[in-house]
Amino acid sequence: MKLKHTLLALTLSAVLPVAALAAEVNLLNVSYDPTRELYQDYNAAFAKFWQAKGGEKVTVRQSHGGAARQARAVIDGLEADVVTLALAYDIDEIAEKAKLLPADWQKRLPHNSSPYTSTIVFLVRKGNPKNIRDWDDLAKPGTSVITPNPKTSGGARWNYLAAWGYALKKFGSEDKAREFVAQIYKNVPVLDTGARGSTTTFVERGIGDVFISWENEAFLAIKELGPGKVDIVVPSLSILAEPPITLVDRVVDKRGTRKVAQAYLDFWYTPEAQEIAAKNFYRQIDPKIAAKYAKQFPKVALFKIDDVFGGWQKAQKLHFADGGVFDQIYQPGKK
Amino acid sequence: MSAELAINAPQVIARKPARKATSESGLVRFVLIGLALSYFALLVLTPLFAVFYEALKKGAEAYFTAITEPDALSSIRLTLMVAAVAVPLNLVFGVAAAWAIAKFEFRGKSLLITLIDLPFSVSPVISGLIYVLVFGLQGWLGPWLQAHDIKVIFALPGIFLATVFVTVPFVARELIPLMQAQGSEEEEAALVLGASGWQTFFRVTLPNIKWGIVYGVILCNARAMGEFGAVAVVSGHIRGLTNTMPLHVEILYNEYQFSAAFAVASLLALLALVTLVIKTLVEWRVKH
Repeated sequence: MKLKHTLLALTLSAVLPVAALAAEVNLLNVSYDPTRELYQDYNAAFAKFWQAKGGEKVTVRQSHGGAARQARAVIDGLEADVVTLALAYDIDEIAEKAKLLPADWQKRLPHNSSPYTSTIVFLVRKGNPKNIRDWDDLAKPGTSVITPNPKTSGGARWNYLAAWGYALKKFGSEDKAREFVAQIYKNVPVLDTGARGSTTTFVERGIGDVFISWENEAFLAIKELGPGKVDIVVPSLSILAEPPITLVDRVVDKRGTRKVAQAYLDFWYTPEAQEIAAKNFYRQIDPKIAAKYAKQFPKVALFKIDDVFGGWQKAQKLHFADGGVFDQIYQPGKK
Repeated sequence: MSAELAINAPQVIARKPARKATSESGLVRFVLIGLALSYFALLVLTPLFAVFYEALKKGAEAYFTAITEPDALSSIRLTLMVAAVAVPLNLVFGVAAAWAIAKFEFRGKSLLITLIDLPFSVSPVISGLIYVLVFGLQGWLGPWLQAHDIKVIFALPGIFLATVFVTVPFVARELIPLMQAQGSEEEEAALVLGASGWQTFFRVTLPNIKWGIVYGVILCNARAMGEFGAVAVVSGHIRGLTNTMPLHVEILYNEYQFSAAFAVASLLALLALVTLVIKTLVEWRVKH
């Protein structure tokens, strides 16, 4: 036993020569796909903030991927101090399957533990050659639609529910909504595992006419790849996406990082952090900052998942579980 | 000069009829060689060139920034460590397995051969997943490992395990046919002359197979450094900690840092080229 510990410590210290120093703490933030740039900025700001407050030197390590896949990794033992995933259900899974945190985790921080929000918009080719204006255009035959796989990606589930919510409001019946969403998924040539993979498929590989995307991801793609390639189209109705954050209690208690991890999460609710969210194209919960950046974000009518689907637990079980509605309507190869 | 010509001339004449029977006309040869070369250029040289071109597109400075930033350095270090663990282990295992298979008859020999081939026939993703199933928190050994605070997957041991698994066949597969072709007469002679088992191995067996070993090690090393699928499953993708170079390339590419992605990719390509150069040098040294 002792030997194994020593060996492990040796290998680790070879990779991490600084880890042994005192007054330095490492956190691991397991996040979803499009938050890479957001947390780069946020981690740097938090490290400064924490040291200014007299805390230790904090290094926050990041792991990114499709939200469900990331949750799976935490369940399988990836030792995340905090998880910042795309939607509440994936954190529910961690609470339920691995019992790493209490089931009522979402009540622990303000605003459903979601310090930044976003929504779902469309990204189209420059000049919008297919004249895509709203969800209806995505269901038309001959439109090629890019969206990630709802089984592995959180963003993809928001996409799916946004389309469903639109159809439900327009047609007024679950059956019609199901038909409508099935039509859209018939137009999907490839399902990537995470949002960023889909962005690359659409923008870099040039596949598809329209990409259903996180708003922040759409803005980022335009910023990174130049405004000459793609345009944003805002649908008439979309969903309020709330990506939640939380502590992984069993991990922070074991590693003794609860205090700094809690501070890391609380920092989100400061004006400074809200500015970081805005600069990375996430919508803010702080009304003052939101007013300041109001021009940056298009006005969209938004509905909440709780109002239309009765919350994530219900939505997940009905739509995305094995054999659920998504499995029934998405049958690749069949037209 | 003229003497040489005089000597050569009859040979040429003497060879001519033989040539006609065994070789094709100039045009056919030209076309075949041309085809082979353009195939090679298209599939190997162009992508290799593209990697370096893309890597250096933003200038040498950007290139060096990309390969010296901390996450890149840690991925390079980890990749070298993985190779340093996987290659020696598989060298020892490969030689032992090939020796047993080629020189002895025993029950279960074909089973052993099948097992050695298993990593070739199983998809690397599955190779990674089996370790998650065994060592993961919800897996067979997970709770026990957790209780004793031993991390296997999403940490270095898992990456080592997965890499060792996928590179098992390289040395053994290289040596088995070679040793089988050589037979065991020389070893038997050594034993008859009074050599001990170890003496026989080090003085007779090993010198006979050294080129096979070098070749196997080179292939094993290349795969150990380049493995993506199996490592991706067990790594957890923690930047600066459990990202190997191939994983780091993917991350950079997904973060719109195309030049940086190709810069790290070019390092992987360079590592491969360096291994080839070392191999050629060693061969040359031994021959001279």
